[in-house]
Amino acid sequence: MWAKIKRASVENELLYLFLHSPVAMVATLIAVLCIAGALLAPWLAPSNPYDLASFDLMDSMVPPAWADNGDERFALGTDDQGRDLLSAILYGTRLSLMVGVFSVAFAAVLGVSIGLMAGYIGGRFDTIMMRIADIQLSLPAILTALLIDGVARGILPQQRHDELMLIVLTVAIGLSLWVNFARTARASTFVERNKEYVQAAEIMGMHPLRIMLVQILPNIMGPILVILTVDLAVAILLEATLSYLGVGVPPNQPSLGTLIRIGTEYLFSGDWWIVLFPSATLITLIISVNVLGDFLRDALNPRLR
Amino acid sequence: MLTFIARRLFQSLFVMLAVSLLAFTLFRFVGDPVAQMVGQETSIEDRERIREELGLNDPVHEQFFRFSKNLVTANFGYSYRTRQPIGEMILSRLPATLELGFFSLIISLLVGIPAGVYTAIKTGFLSTTLLITTLVGISIPTFVIGIALIYVFGVQLNVLPVFGRGETVQLGWWKTNYLTVDGWRSLILPAVTLGIYQLTLTMRLVRSEMQDVIKTDYIKFAMARGINYRSVYLHHAFRNTLVPVITIVGLQFGGIIAFSIVTESVFQWPGMGLLFLDSIRYVDIPVMSVYLVLIAFIFVLINLLVDILYFVIDPRVRDRRQGA
Amino acid sequence: MNQPLLNITNLTVKFPTRFGEFTAIDDVSLTIQPGEIHGLVGESGAGKSTIGAAIIGLLQSPGYIANGHVQLMDVDLRKLSPADYHRLRGNRISMIFQDPQTSLNPLLTIADQLVETIQQHTPMSDSDARDHAIQLLDETGIPNPACRIDSYPHQFSGGMRQRVVIALALCTNPELIIADEPTTALDVAVQKQILQLIQQLASQRKVGFLLITHDIGVIAEITHRVTVLRNGRVMEAGETAQVLGAPTHEYTQALMAAVPRLNTKLDRFHNIVKDDPSAEEEDEWDVPGASAQFASDWLLGKRNTESKTDVPSTHPILEVNNLDVIFYSNQPSWFRKRTGFQALNNISFKAEQGKTLGVVGESGSGKSTLAKAIVGLVDPATGTLSFDGEALPPGSKRSRQHPSRRRIQMVFQDPYSSLNNRRSVEAILTEPLKLYGHGGRNLDSRKLAASVLDLVEMPQRSLTKYPHQFSGGQRQRIAVARALIAQPEFLICDEPTSALDVSIQAQMLNLLKDLQTEFGLSILFISHNLAVVRQMADTVVVLKDGEMVEYAESETFFTSPQAEYSQLLLNETPSLALLE
Repeated sequence: MWAKIKRASVENELLYLFLHSPVAMVATLIAVLCIAGALLAPWLAPSNPYDLASFDLMDSMVPPAWADNGDERFALGTDDQGRDLLSAILYGTRLSLMVGVFSVAFAAVLGVSIGLMAGYIGGRFDTIMMRIADIQLSLPAILTALLIDGVARGILPQQRHDELMLIVLTVAIGLSLWVNFARTARASTFVERNKEYVQAAEIMGMHPLRIMLVQILPNIMGPILVILTVDLAVAILLEATLSYLGVGVPPNQPSLGTLIRIGTEYLFSGDWWIVLFPSATLITLIISVNVLGDFLRDALNPRLR
Repeated sequence: MLTFIARRLFQSLFVMLAVSLLAFTLFRFVGDPVAQMVGQETSIEDRERIREELGLNDPVHEQFFRFSKNLVTANFGYSYRTRQPIGEMILSRLPATLELGFFSLIISLLVGIPAGVYTAIKTGFLSTTLLITTLVGISIPTFVIGIALIYVFGVQLNVLPVFGRGETVQLGWWKTNYLTVDGWRSLILPAVTLGIYQLTLTMRLVRSEMQDVIKTDYIKFAMARGINYRSVYLHHAFRNTLVPVITIVGLQFGGIIAFSIVTESVFQWPGMGLLFLDSIRYVDIPVMSVYLVLIAFIFVLINLLVDILYFVIDPRVRDRRQGA
Repeated sequence: MNQPLLNITNLTVKFPTRFGEFTAIDDVSLTIQPGEIHGLVGESGAGKSTIGAAIIGLLQSPGYIANGHVQLMDVDLRKLSPADYHRLRGNRISMIFQDPQTSLNPLLTIADQLVETIQQHTPMSDSDARDHAIQLLDETGIPNPACRIDSYPHQFSGGMRQRVVIALALCTNPELIIADEPTTALDVAVQKQILQLIQQLASQRKVGFLLITHDIGVIAEITHRVTVLRNGRVMEAGETAQVLGAPTHEYTQALMAAVPRLNTKLDRFHNIVKDDPSAEEEDEWDVPGASAQFASDWLLGKRNTESKTDVPSTHPILEVNNLDVIFYSNQPSWFRKRTGFQALNNISFKAEQGKTLGVVGESGSGKSTLAKAIVGLVDPATGTLSFDGEALPPGSKRSRQHPSRRRIQMVFQDPYSSLNNRRSVEAILTEPLKLYGHGGRNLDSRKLAASVLDLVEMPQRSLTKYPHQFSGGQRQRIAVARALIAQPEFLICDEPTSALDVSIQAQMLNLLKDLQTEFGLSILFISHNLAVVRQMADTVVVLKDGEMVEYAESETFFTSPQAEYSQLLLNETPSLALLE
């Protein structure tokens, strides 16, 4: 099988570059491990960190198992409520990834559709959409997300808001990221639309929707894939930041950002583990996604070769 | 040049109008302003009287007009939460944010641009190290950097203050950090925290733009004419990367404002970001909408500045705009 | 013979790739005397530019010189340190690039660029350097140089910019100038002037030129000696008149046979270069029952059922009357009135059934706009079109189901962009069948696609491949196949060969002629190359700045052009006449 991959890789540029980039392969491995850990959290985690009844305040602030006063039940120690940190991290990663993936998917679908149409149809629609994009671009993602979250708090009653918080968060992050996709898709569509294969399709009388989806879309997937990866890292980062600021995920479902916020309060008294382990997990996850994004960008950018 | 600026001003006016419409919608329709102002026990008649006094029963376009007029005359209204005039609240916090933001922008440009040029034209150990550092740099959330700095310099080494502005000097209404030693010491950690992310962004951007320019024919031609490398890179190539870089630096200021929210929260820096964060937590809609308008105003100013810089740098822009 | 200016012996350049080392230049030797213009000619992939880069020491990494000598007068270039080499560049060897649009720094004035280059190599005061720069601009034919020197590059036209580029290359009085396709991006009139300038510099200043080009006409016009390259090897070298006029090498003979002549019309090109046989697929792969005959029958069958009588219709297949096309600036503005650019002005002509109408003109003359207006991509301002006796709805008024969408087909200029890289050849070829609802369910579309490939002389197994796996010429054949499968009556070819090498161009022209004879296709053939149009057209339309300056029978046009502009155009096209 390896031989088969080797042979295919000589023909497939991307696969070849990937197999010759140890950094990209390691990053993929780490990302896959993180995703697997997140998906399998309910089975891997020693306890359920969302179930308040399952932990005991008597177990609060236990240091990691190998440290003095450590408890072997809690490999990475516990937090201020006696929650097992390892379980909390696994579930937190799951939450971070979920919000990240869904918000980027939302942003991608919205942004690519708008960009594709703006680039293909042009004219007024293009001018208006790009004006909106410009304005939104000057409002940084975190500000947009905060604003949307604030508005949601104003509209929804407190209780409903806590229930819908994850959705609000996903939409807020998604809405703050669509511009990147729209601009990239538009720019690439613009290039493609002037190519002769599109003109050929138009002359034949092909339906514009089919031209956009069947002819153009596959040709602009490269740059979109890059944005997809880069923005996944941004989305995870945004979720963590919002949760750290206390306006993100609901407090009874801690994500990595929430754990870091809780941990900061105890940092000064020397209880370092609550900050350290979630931070390390978060950074590892984001770095691996960013490394992949960088690899894709270089590999798919013909100008750099 | 003058007509060009006039045209841009006109466009900016439209943007501001759109933003204030957004802010007005936020203010008027998100939640009930009256319910926020009065207590539970206020009677329906009283509420209705307040509505009338506030003009909330007037036609919407009149309300919007009044809202915009108030904005222009810097009459921002009162906060639901603190009952203070918003104008005063913002004015007392603006200097803190601007001083922090300005200092970190300087850090990010002074380090980011030379490092970007260097990594674009040189390969080797230093270049690779810098690149790996930037990758890590954009991957670590700002608040984690802040916490790490606090832990190392504040808790372990105990050499720098870790929260608040420290000692400041009052210049009229402007409270400055720049005139005292303690003020500078307090500024260092938050500014570095805020600057690192922007620095890595600047560096990566300058690098990729520079790499693109180096591949162009006119750089190859300059090489083929034997122009010395220093001039080719700094005089010919760097100048051509300036146009896109300026655009991004303009946008970066936005990033700085945004991330100052996080930094101010980590270091309890009493700036506008902290104020905004509180207004979100407590659904203090008037403060949110004024903050939005103010930020938009700053962006419009910066964009105007960026456009004028294009004008100065790129002769093609000059000719096109003058011809038009 | 005294010492040559440049002496290259046994030069070999290699590029390491992941498929192993690729030898770009293989054992090439050539010499250039002072004042000599030495042509380096070859088709794409021959390694012409690589030789130029190797001489000036700017080979693109990871390429390297594996073997051989490069000697400039007394200096062995391969022994120079990188710093010495850099000092020598500009000083003793200079270079001119292909595209004047991109080879000048857009943010610096001409004066900045000239003065810097002059001072780089000769210590001189600013005002002296400036005087020298003005003098150079004057020499290269820039009018009013003392004033123009402070302009920016974008304020010059293409031809003027190339003169500035030449002035920059001349700054320090180099002995050798490498000119890499210096006129390819220019129109013929400007090309002629630039070539004359190069000739003048060579004879007056005794500068040696290495003129790299794919254009045999340019070579024939100004070079003293020529080296013919193919796949990195020298095929033939010697005096230009001798090499081109009486070639001895098989390849050169074939190459010369493929060059279209301005003064004669050939029915077919003979003796064309064959592709490398080693590149062909060994294993056979056929769709059962598919053959060129099947495709041919299918195409003819359609025709027979449609035209009920054998009498050819008397009316022209396409009629264009008083066509105007105006383009408005893209961005509507509240501040300015929309200003239009008249791309086509009052164009009228008729295209006869089964004949070829040639449309010629320089860039910006409106040739492509004309094609786009006919196929409905562009909305004309006024004027009418009629096709086969019926009015053809213009531009956006033409419905997507309009029958003309099938009956008129188009072959584009750039085979690299006219096929969608993400779709297999089979998907590309069967798309029109689905779209036009050809043949219903009974039709085996795969068999038909394979047959049409056979008809355009492509292997049937191409069906399973993707466009990027083919060369430019092969892609263009696929594009023709895509047009044919729609069973068209009228074929518009917009510069179908300008992206192709001459030998491939000859094959393509042969193919088009064969298809026309067999299926009675009417063709609208657009080209900037008069010699090519001469080979194809029965009637000629000449466009200049959107206006029709001449409309005549092809033979009349080429032997006695009426309009002044046509005469100019014919005169300025480099011809091979002097060789014959």
